[in-house]
Amino acid sequence: MIEVDVQFRRNDFSLDAAFSAKSEGITAIFGRSGSGKTTLINILAGLERPNTGRIVVDDAVLFDSSAGIDVAPERRRLGYVFQDGRLFPHMTVKRNLIYGRRSAPSGTEFDAIVRLLDIEPLLDRRPGTLSGGEKQRVAIGRALLCQPKLLLMDEPLAALDAGRKSEILTYIERLREEVRLPIVYVSHASDEIVRLADTLVLLSDGAVAAVGPLEDLMSRLDLRPLTGRYEAGAVIPVTVARTRPETQLTELVFPGGTLLVPATDLPAGHAFRVRVRARDVALSLTPPDGISMLNILRGTVTEIGDDSGPLVDVLVDIGCPIWARISRHALDSLDITVGKQIYTLIKAVSFDRRSLGYGAAHRVSEQTG
Amino acid sequence: MPLLSPLEIDALLLSLRVAAVATVCSLPLGLAAAWLLARTRFPGKSLVDAAIHLPLVLPPVVVGYLLLVAMGRRGIIGAWLYDTFGISIAFTWKGAALAAAVMAFPLMVRAMRLSLEAVDQGLEAAARTLGAGRGRVFLTVTLPLMAPGILAGLVLAFARALGEFGATITFVSNIPGETRTLPLALYTLTQTPDGEAAAARLALLTIAIAVAALIASEWLARRLKARIGRAEGTRS
Repeated sequence: MIEVDVQFRRNDFSLDAAFSAKSEGITAIFGRSGSGKTTLINILAGLERPNTGRIVVDDAVLFDSSAGIDVAPERRRLGYVFQDGRLFPHMTVKRNLIYGRRSAPSGTEFDAIVRLLDIEPLLDRRPGTLSGGEKQRVAIGRALLCQPKLLLMDEPLAALDAGRKSEILTYIERLREEVRLPIVYVSHASDEIVRLADTLVLLSDGAVAAVGPLEDLMSRLDLRPLTGRYEAGAVIPVTVARTRPETQLTELVFPGGTLLVPATDLPAGHAFRVRVRARDVALSLTPPDGISMLNILRGTVTEIGDDSGPLVDVLVDIGCPIWARISRHALDSLDITVGKQIYTLIKAVSFDRRSLGYGAAHRVSEQTG
Repeated sequence: MPLLSPLEIDALLLSLRVAAVATVCSLPLGLAAAWLLARTRFPGKSLVDAAIHLPLVLPPVVVGYLLLVAMGRRGIIGAWLYDTFGISIAFTWKGAALAAAVMAFPLMVRAMRLSLEAVDQGLEAAARTLGAGRGRVFLTVTLPLMAPGILAGLVLAFARALGEFGATITFVSNIPGETRTLPLALYTLTQTPDGEAAAARLALLTIAIAVAALIASEWLARRLKARIGRAEGTRS
């Protein structure tokens, strides 16, 4: 478990954050810039000192103001990957990597991490000659080689272009799946969070607004201002059932039924997460007929957003919560109210390239309509 | 005829010894002062800053006089040193080295402080998260990244020490073979009838040393820069 309850004040900035999360998988700290994300992760690492509070990671008390405990950063055994890499410019990549080695580890561990991150060809180079993506891979390797019990990552993709971002994301997923290292991941980018996070810590104005499983928080209407409106949608865990060659469609099983998507090469039984954006879902009172959409699912309206604009978000329970964004005019003319039975028409399903199990994952993003 | 006369060799070796001792002995103090000024905050810091820089703006004679008052055999510190340890530095080459060190100190501290301020503290924080304590961080990250600044500070201090005149002649006088460094020997010759030719030779010798020191430091600086790489280290 990661248990945090800290109060921090500097000049006119204050942070009062309390949450606890399982120390497995990826815990994402998500919030706008200025919400205190970096301060919070620096406090975890011991680089900033809170005024009062307590931090416990896996039964080790790292900070406790009432007991006078403040473990030095070098003794916390937390790896830290910074936004800007922070490789030592006067050392080769290899010396950077072994800088934090706790004990003389077996050469196999070094080799395994070098192979995991594909940094073998870089070992003799200096950080100044590396690209941004290469720097971040070395920085990740350096943090891993000090054998941390928890890896902290502060917007590790923020300084990279889109291509490098997806490259590093792949490596982070590998870490999660192959090294099984718990990660605390700070970001303000919702696409990264949806792809990576298991547990979400929503931070707003120096306070924790909500903590919980990603799927739950992303479907909560009251958190919409924090989780973002345009990309808003439901995150649904699915399992591959089968792919039918005759229709060239793959069936994905989820708690409310089956989703059909264009055939993928994912093996049956593969579990992962898809995202259905609110703007890709339409509603119908009657089972629609003569329509090209493949995914039409019946559900119950459970919540209606109170945005004052022309568009309204409607939450429908189809076995799991799903959002539909419709016009206010349609809401009124169809007389949609909470408790009403309704059909949801899903236009598109986007696959987040990650797996919930520990197998190979592939990326597909397809229209299903 | 040998290239240099015995007197010239004496003055040259004495000058080199005085300047080298002054520079090397003030290095740790200079580093400490640079750290104090660049990284710490304490009440009265601006006073300390001013005191360190004072020799830069005071007439050297005043510094020499103050040294004489403080460190002379009957001076406040000098008397205690003599009574306790039997040490006297007034009118010895050690006194000349002290005078040179005091005069060169602000230049040394300034170069080191600037280079320390240019060291990215984020790198030090990263080193600590990797398990290095403060001491190891200083030795393996801070010091190597400061190296060009330290070198610059040493060269500046050495050059300043080599040219020191006013404070030296006031504090330790002009004793042949003991405190008569190159500038003092040159000054003495200009006060001697028919000393012009010898004075010119000493002037040329001094210029030669200065040029050699500059070339050596330039070469060293380039090697250090290459070692640090052209990445974050050259941000300064």
